[in-house]
Amino acid sequence: MSEKAERSVELIEVSPRVNELRRFLKVFLSRPVVVFGAIVILILLICAAFPEWIAPYDPIKQDLKNVLLQPNSEHLLGTDALGRDLLSRIIFGARTAVMVGVVALGIAAVSGMILGLTAGYFGGITYVIIMRFIDALMAFPVMLLALAIAALLGGGLINVMVAIGIGMMSGYARVMCGQAISVRENDYIMAARSSGASNIRIMFRHVLPNCFPPMIVLMTMMIGMTILFEAGLSFLGIGIKEPTVAWGSLVNDGYKYLLSYPLLSTAPGVAIIVVVYAFNMVGDGVRDAIDPRLRGTL
Amino acid sequence: MILVLLIVTIIVFLMVRLLPGDPILIYLTQQDLEEITQEQVDIIRHNLGLDRSLFVQYIDWIGNVATGDLGTSIIHRGKVGDDIKRRLPITLHLGGLAFIISIIVGIPMGVIAAVRRGTWLDSVLTSLGNLGITIPVFWLGILLIYAFGLKLDWLPIFGYTSPFKDFWLNTQQIILPVFCLTIPAIASAVRMTRSSMLEVMRQDYIRTAWSKGLRERAVIMRHGLKNGLIPVVTLKGVTLAAIVGGSVLVETVFSIPGMGRLAVEGLNSQDYAVVQGVILVIGTIVLFINLLIDLSYGWLDPRVRFG
Repeated sequence: MSEKAERSVELIEVSPRVNELRRFLKVFLSRPVVVFGAIVILILLICAAFPEWIAPYDPIKQDLKNVLLQPNSEHLLGTDALGRDLLSRIIFGARTAVMVGVVALGIAAVSGMILGLTAGYFGGITYVIIMRFIDALMAFPVMLLALAIAALLGGGLINVMVAIGIGMMSGYARVMCGQAISVRENDYIMAARSSGASNIRIMFRHVLPNCFPPMIVLMTMMIGMTILFEAGLSFLGIGIKEPTVAWGSLVNDGYKYLLSYPLLSTAPGVAIIVVVYAFNMVGDGVRDAIDPRLRGTL
Repeated sequence: MILVLLIVTIIVFLMVRLLPGDPILIYLTQQDLEEITQEQVDIIRHNLGLDRSLFVQYIDWIGNVATGDLGTSIIHRGKVGDDIKRRLPITLHLGGLAFIISIIVGIPMGVIAAVRRGTWLDSVLTSLGNLGITIPVFWLGILLIYAFGLKLDWLPIFGYTSPFKDFWLNTQQIILPVFCLTIPAIASAVRMTRSSMLEVMRQDYIRTAWSKGLRERAVIMRHGLKNGLIPVVTLKGVTLAAIVGGSVLVETVFSIPGMGRLAVEGLNSQDYAVVQGVILVIGTIVLFINLLIDLSYGWLDPRVRFG
């Protein structure tokens, strides 16, 4: 008897979720530019996962007989000053962009969410201390903050991710805090508290899941920006060092040869633009599909 | 505000103190290290005040900062404050211009896009807005240098001359960098203004304004824009920080000796006192401008004034 009851509960729970997903996909796929963005991201992910299979050449191996070639049938985008195939280097750069983008975003979102949740849930002095700290963090431009943190931690890909993550966490903390403050007032929170749930349990089991929609939207909308910051830092030559290939450092490497070989610095930039544009469009699409009311606020 | 400023100083202070390794190593060269004894190191440490507690060091440092002493550069042994005094006006000049242009151009474009929603004009402005927040400023700078500097040879491609020395040369030099800084700022202003205006134009009081026969101009300017601008004004503070952040890249591309360039140079030569000074000054400026923005709410939104 009880088993049957459980099963029927399950059935009731499943069907609206399927509808939800279908509705999400319908809205999401309704705009061609969003579909275009999704396809670009798919290609990007494939490039990031299997660059060895796609890239025609080794991105690091120098070929000093073929330096600074103009584009031809063998090297579609030409070669750089050390004879390395530019197209292959751009394809390998996708891995750095995706890795830094995703990890930095994760660091920013998780730390921002925990701080915002704590501040919003407890209120009072906890709120004042955390949110004033976030306000102070917001006074520093992300680029400059990431620069300083990268200097502090030393070079390396991981430190760049941490630097961008800390630089960007204030946005998440703010949105999360606002959400937590409004969710906190709901009756089901009071019900949970009166049934003896601990603060930690209420925060993570009851408040957090109800704050998710705007957080997911914010995260998808910020991936593009994260990749832009990564490109900016690697353009300045901070953190990411050879032989790791990053789009920003490719632009910087090619800058020296701008007059005779403009493609060397412009082509990696086009890769950045296409990818960031794709992420921004998909972010807009996700926002419209999850909650169009967020338009304009995020 | 005071509390936030205090936290800003603590963050900047700790940022440098948390550096891995002994801070004293910053003051000594490799050669010094091989020659001097441990006792001498201790004496230097004592003279620099590095053997006291972190709290005392902070009080000491903040006292110096309050009197304008931002420390000494380890590279040229000059005062960091002097460096910043020389370079801050340059960044303020470029960044300020970009900020003002982005307001003058971006907000009307956003309003037009919202009012003419669904027309080709809206599509063009929205696409430009989406593209503008996508383009990396350093790449845009390189493209402009290639087109207007190298190919057409219309404009100088690097450097900065004081406008008081040679105004015409200065104008030529700053056109491209300011353009680079302005594009993302305009784009975000267009996007924000458009979505905020669309939200406002749906409200009941706008319908009332239309139905009582007000002219389009009055509906949009007096009833729509004044309400629609409130979120935009808030976000202008973020734009400001973005412009300053972008100036790090733009100043590097165009070899402009501003604050951003100073920070990057300080970083590359491990001159942390310089980095610390730059970040502190910029953080404080951004905070104060955000305070001004908060105060401007009172004018835009009487609910804040009387609330």
